[in-house]
Amino acid sequence: MSLDPVFTPAPERHVLMKALANRSFLIGLVVTGVIALMALVSFFWTPHDITRLQVAARMQGLSPAHPFGTDHMGRDILSMIMIGARNSIAVAIVAVGIGMGLGVPLGTWAAARGGWADEALMRVNDVVFAFPALLTAVMITAIFGPGAVNAIIAIGIFNVPVFARIARAGALSLWPREFILAARASGKGKALITIEHILPNIVSLLLVQGTIQFALGILAEAGLSYLGLGAQPPMPSWGRMLFEAQTRMAVAPHLALFPGLAIVVTVLGLNLLGDGLRDVLDPRLRRER
Amino acid sequence: MTAYLAKRLAVGLATLFVASLVVFSVLEILPGDPARIMLGMNASPEALDALRSQMGLDRPVVLRYLDWLTGMATGDFGRSYTYSSPVVELVAERVAVSLPLAVMALTLSTAIAIPVGIFAAARRGRLSDTLAMGAAQVGVAIPNFWFAMLLVYVFAVGFRLLPAGGFPGWGEGWGGLWQGFKALLLPAVSLALPQAAILARVTRSAMLEVLGEDYIRTARAKGLPRRAVLWRHALRNALIPVLTILGLQFAFLLAGTIIIENVFYLPGLGRLIFQAISQRDLIVVEGVVMLLVASIIVVNLLVDICYAVADPRLRTGR
Amino acid sequence: MKTFATMLGAAAVLLASGSAALSARTDLVVGVVLEPPHLDPTAGAAAAIDEIVYANVFEGLTRIGPSGEVEPALAESWEVSDDGLTYTFKLREGVTFHDGTTFEAADVKFSLDRARAEDSTNAQKVLFSAIESVEAFDPTTVKITLRHPQGALPYNLGWGDAVIVAPESADANKEKPIGTGPFKFDNWAKGSSVTISKYADYWGEPVALEKAEFRFIPDAAASVPALLSGDVHTFPNLQAGDALPQIEADPRFEVVIGATEGETILATNNGKAPFDNLMVRQAIAHALDRDEIILGASAGNGVPIGSHFSPANAANIDLTDTYPHDVEKAKALLAEAGYPDGFSATLKLPPPPYARQGGEIVASQLREIGIELEIIPVEWAQWLEQVFTNKDYDLTIVSHTEPNDINIYAREGYYFNYDNPAFDAVMEELGATSDPAKRKELFGTAQRILAEDAVNGFLFQLPKTGVWDAKLEGMWENTPIQANDLTKVRWVE
Repeated sequence: MSLDPVFTPAPERHVLMKALANRSFLIGLVVTGVIALMALVSFFWTPHDITRLQVAARMQGLSPAHPFGTDHMGRDILSMIMIGARNSIAVAIVAVGIGMGLGVPLGTWAAARGGWADEALMRVNDVVFAFPALLTAVMITAIFGPGAVNAIIAIGIFNVPVFARIARAGALSLWPREFILAARASGKGKALITIEHILPNIVSLLLVQGTIQFALGILAEAGLSYLGLGAQPPMPSWGRMLFEAQTRMAVAPHLALFPGLAIVVTVLGLNLLGDGLRDVLDPRLRRER
Repeated sequence: MTAYLAKRLAVGLATLFVASLVVFSVLEILPGDPARIMLGMNASPEALDALRSQMGLDRPVVLRYLDWLTGMATGDFGRSYTYSSPVVELVAERVAVSLPLAVMALTLSTAIAIPVGIFAAARRGRLSDTLAMGAAQVGVAIPNFWFAMLLVYVFAVGFRLLPAGGFPGWGEGWGGLWQGFKALLLPAVSLALPQAAILARVTRSAMLEVLGEDYIRTARAKGLPRRAVLWRHALRNALIPVLTILGLQFAFLLAGTIIIENVFYLPGLGRLIFQAISQRDLIVVEGVVMLLVASIIVVNLLVDICYAVADPRLRTGR
Repeated sequence: MKTFATMLGAAAVLLASGSAALSARTDLVVGVVLEPPHLDPTAGAAAAIDEIVYANVFEGLTRIGPSGEVEPALAESWEVSDDGLTYTFKLREGVTFHDGTTFEAADVKFSLDRARAEDSTNAQKVLFSAIESVEAFDPTTVKITLRHPQGALPYNLGWGDAVIVAPESADANKEKPIGTGPFKFDNWAKGSSVTISKYADYWGEPVALEKAEFRFIPDAAASVPALLSGDVHTFPNLQAGDALPQIEADPRFEVVIGATEGETILATNNGKAPFDNLMVRQAIAHALDRDEIILGASAGNGVPIGSHFSPANAANIDLTDTYPHDVEKAKALLAEAGYPDGFSATLKLPPPPYARQGGEIVASQLREIGIELEIIPVEWAQWLEQVFTNKDYDLTIVSHTEPNDINIYAREGYYFNYDNPAFDAVMEELGATSDPAKRKELFGTAQRILAEDAVNGFLFQLPKTGVWDAKLEGMWENTPIQANDLTKVRWVE
């Protein structure tokens, strides 16, 4: 990469003003906010109870009582989508968390330590990247049993090298900087410098990548669930809803429409948010997008 | 240059070796007894034992690993437990579906994305750019299997123009080829859409970056026509990031078609693995995964070579 | 924009013309759910093998017809000695295997001896357990001597596991099956399809079809579009019940709901607490609402069962009211059993839709009485190992598709962990009884014991949802044996 990936820190008020003026950021924030709110509300209230199946009321069309209709078990689809949002968000967040939690320490450590540590990390990265991600996730869930936890692990593993690489690149470009050199001259250890100076300066970088990985995580979870390898019933998941809708699509197309739209809207919102963040946090990159 | 490539090659081989260890040891812990699956619920213990020793399942793990490794080096990937035919044959049958599918999807997405990306870059900030990039944003967000479901219901069930799934084989003559092509068209389109969206965005930003460089400004200042600058100078230099993404996407397409293959029940590599896992046909899983890992490594190596050719600074090593 | 629309139109015409070339048909594409592991019915239990080769590629001495009756096949006729210990089969003449070799008595001896042998991998060796010896009397006569009288021998010899193979080709049958049937094996595209075609030198009435393809479509979701788009002409058993109304409404298709031999049960680990407690099992039985399960798990098709017995069988008695759906009573029983607040357990579900969807409903119904079920989806491989072999499970849903299999409850170490000497005694008596009226009575007693013991949750008889092109005739409506017999199938205009 010819670009120096580290962002120039900007004064805070300035950032806020710019953020609010950024169209992508605003739309993304609102859309993501709505989805997150929906998931939050579902903890306390959903239009209908989905734990007790009402099979007799199956596959009803849209009505005031069921704005998105009912599924093949007679459950309210809107309620399913609200609770499904919880599942998607939880899987994606934890998967990103795993990626950051392991990747960032590894990446910054490799950058600080250099030499064999750096080399070893990059080689391990090579191995992980050599595995086709989706297929490996399928294998992991098939081996350890389908379920949300294993889906999280399967998706999370592939986030580790992504964050390790980003953190390493960011850190490497910082180490020769004058303020770091000054800190070293004052006798601070590498670990302390990493925590005090490196991390705060790569946060925005990680934030942008985190948003992107978050969106990818939601897509990956939907894919695994579609194959029956994600969260298991009674927990609703958007991907499995689509799988179950597929046979019934000609009879009740709304079964496939709404979960699909939920995925598209959520991923779109996150991507816009990520783009917006990038624009706001690093003006130099703005012309790129 | 040679040193650089030699290093990449060595890294690739080492990766392959480590991957073989990982694949083999992970699959060894997979629960499920292939012999029992082959014989079914009511098989007698003697028949099971007989079959296990026939398949060599009673031999020590280390020996089996070494056999498998040397076998692969000589092109012998073993025999499928479930189909009792050589893994190489099975894989060859599946590659005849997966490879054309990947190539079709990639061709399609490249054919759409690169012109769109260049077009958007050239008209940066105007309405057409905004629309194109908005469409790309949506395209990235659409799960390809959902898109596939919609396509099936419109083109296969609704208009009955194209098959809803299955693969008749490549057949004989042009007619047979056409049948095969038709069967792969909807899957290829479903795979191409999200990829095209990503590629269009990358192409656009790569173009914009190049267009901002001094030498392009110089070229424009020299009075070269806009079109010539765009195509002759800018595109060539913007190709590097585009190529990287293309390499990644090709690698993804070889193995990542598993969901689409399920939607269209295509007998491709992804489905082979999926089936083999559920039937505990470990030797097939191991073989195909290794093959995919190897092809990803090769693709990455090719991209590295292109990098080195395009950017002399990289040749001195990283 | 206009040119674009024209191009689209042109492309549409071009695409349509490719698939429109239809004439009088002699080809058939059959959609089946599972791909067989190999194609030798004498070396595997997988129903998927028989569903392709039975009656089409391979024939036995006898065969099972569409309503479960025994019909002559390679044996023209047979006689039983008065003591019931000797069967003499008269074989057909002029029969050849697909590789051209002649079929004669020696092949019968070879096939049956091979199936009975010590090292045989035949999955149903019990079918031959009564056979003492097989003799080739002359090229067209075979004499089978039994250890004890067995009236069911002609029926047993009609199973796919008892088909006649040739010594020259037997070992290769897994990959390239050679039989005497009206179709010969052509090609197996692994993961995709098996193709068979008309065998010109068939001994009997020639088949109407020139070519038939069995296409593997494991995904219920993919089967409906495949049918609607005309890729597949028939699904002998379509897994997508909910799409049926749409298919039924379509004049292009014929839909026939037939019966299978599959008792779909909530199998219960009777050997494990708290399921070893009769009151707990009774509570579960009261909590189950069969109608709701049938509606959700098989689109309302399927006959409720109250014990492990096919409703189509003449000896069946209706026991569905033994423990009628009653949530309050179920709660009371559960409290009495010492679980006033219910308990948690696991529910392992194999892949078929009846299990996965039925499981969700069962879990919801048991939650009503305080039993929290954790749903664990498993592949067949894991199910065989964990549930069937190691009995490591609480509850599972599965359909027992073998015909007349109530005797599994007397088997020692069977995965239900059920042990009731009274039931075993009935089974023993049944084995020694040949009087039809007495047998019927004994079957009744056996059903009642199982129902009252609430051994398993008895849910419903699995329907056979046959769907075929309206221009096809000769398809089987029921499944008395695992087979897709194409010998009488033809296209009519």
